[in-house]
Amino acid sequence: MTKVQIPPPLREQANGLAEVPVAGATVGEALADLVRQCPALDSKLFDSGKLRPHINVLVNDEDIRYLDDLETPIADGQAIALIPAVAGG
Amino acid sequence: MADYSLGLQCKLCGKRYDKQPINFCTDDFGPLEVVYDYAAIKANISREKIQSRPRSMWRYRELLPIAGNPTVGPQVGGTPLIRANRLADELGVEALWIKNDAVNFPTLSFKDRVVSVALSKAVEFGFRIVGCASTGNLANSVAANAAQAGLEAYIFVPSDLEKAKILGTSVFGANVIGVNGTYDEVNRLCTQVAFKYKWGFVNINLRPFYAEGSKTMGYEIAEDLGWRFPKHVVAPMAGGSLIGKIHKAFTELHEVGLVDAPVTTKMYGAQATGCNPISDCVKSDRDRHKPIRKPNTICKSLAIGDPADGIFSSKLIRNSGGWAEDVSDDEIVESMLQLARTEGVFAETAGGTTLAVAKKLIEQGRIPRDEEIVLCITGNGLKTQDCLADAVERPANIKPSLEAFDAIYAGDPVLV
Repeated sequence: MTKVQIPPPLREQANGLAEVPVAGATVGEALADLVRQCPALDSKLFDSGKLRPHINVLVNDEDIRYLDDLETPIADGQAIALIPAVAGG
Repeated sequence: MADYSLGLQCKLCGKRYDKQPINFCTDDFGPLEVVYDYAAIKANISREKIQSRPRSMWRYRELLPIAGNPTVGPQVGGTPLIRANRLADELGVEALWIKNDAVNFPTLSFKDRVVSVALSKAVEFGFRIVGCASTGNLANSVAANAAQAGLEAYIFVPSDLEKAKILGTSVFGANVIGVNGTYDEVNRLCTQVAFKYKWGFVNINLRPFYAEGSKTMGYEIAEDLGWRFPKHVVAPMAGGSLIGKIHKAFTELHEVGLVDAPVTTKMYGAQATGCNPISDCVKSDRDRHKPIRKPNTICKSLAIGDPADGIFSSKLIRNSGGWAEDVSDDEIVESMLQLARTEGVFAETAGGTTLAVAKKLIEQGRIPRDEEIVLCITGNGLKTQDCLADAVERPANIKPSLEAFDAIYAGDPVLV
């Protein structure tokens, strides 16, 4: 079982939860399961099936763009974090 | 004085938000930007009005997003625009200017501009604790300005930052947290801290207001040129915000009637090769930058591997007819020395980067030699001295005797 950590601005679409348990062997599958459970998150995270450019997805604190993007495998117990990207500079 | 800002707007989808401490659109995570009532500004602003005010960034008050008068940093800005003739001769160009924010007040970088707006806004929103993620200059500025404003500050920096930048933050009594990671990791952590503790992070939840402060560098350049725009501007890029805000400043000056001619300025971005996501994006004609996981350059102030405004600055550079380049650490050091030795300006590594990139673009023929060029120098070399240790000659140490001096001086005496 994997958990997706939901940032406060998205919790309304995640039934108020800070973490949602999901199933899946890759980040893509896990996020698909997240969206199945919380359909209101779909349009927030994806645009025409592609992950929106200004949201960062991390597996165990590593950005998936440095791994295998949505194909990144996830082991049991690893956490996925969603973090807004427009910050800093 | 009236607040002419109307609210915030998503740069991607256009959704509007009230003025509040939030930096991204809750629909698509796009960046939020301040929108203004330009018609009202136009009716209430004039060159005479601006010129009658003190020489600080706040003389353009109508174009900045705060209510009332600035409560933090009222004396920031008003830095010199220097006609750089000796450097121009060495570069083989006709007209060269340096906008010298290395002498900005109070902490010797352009970041004082953004912090003045951000912390004035933080006070307005009622924050008592403020913070930032920083590569150094912002850390110094938030710490100093927070001290002056009586705010508590939490400053997060990569732990391998230059010593001078860490000391220059701690001295103001700020809580400094060195994070064992890259700037992008620091930044991400701060996003999470901002959510959890609801502090006013200048470059996170206050970012839309903060970023507007950079515009004042553009207003000052245009005013000091006699209310006109230069043909070419070269600016350093870290997060990629400054270059866009300078261009926005020019566009606004035209929009509110302070400059008659429309903006035709070409914008050029400068990065270090060891962290070049934006220049790479421009040069390879990609829509989106490829993030750099582990930046590797002496130019730590520009070492942002995943720039928040990467997409927007790349697009702006291309649309303006400009270009971007990146340079090696050796070229950066060489240009720091050249700037110091031709114009008496000791810029930090980012300034060396900007000059080195300008030279490269001139040599490539991308910037013509017979048109006016402005180089934006954003930080002070006193903060990044370590990288020059091997590049400058050590002073001669002699006994306090004329004989000892004669022994090392080769010139002919006037009196024997």
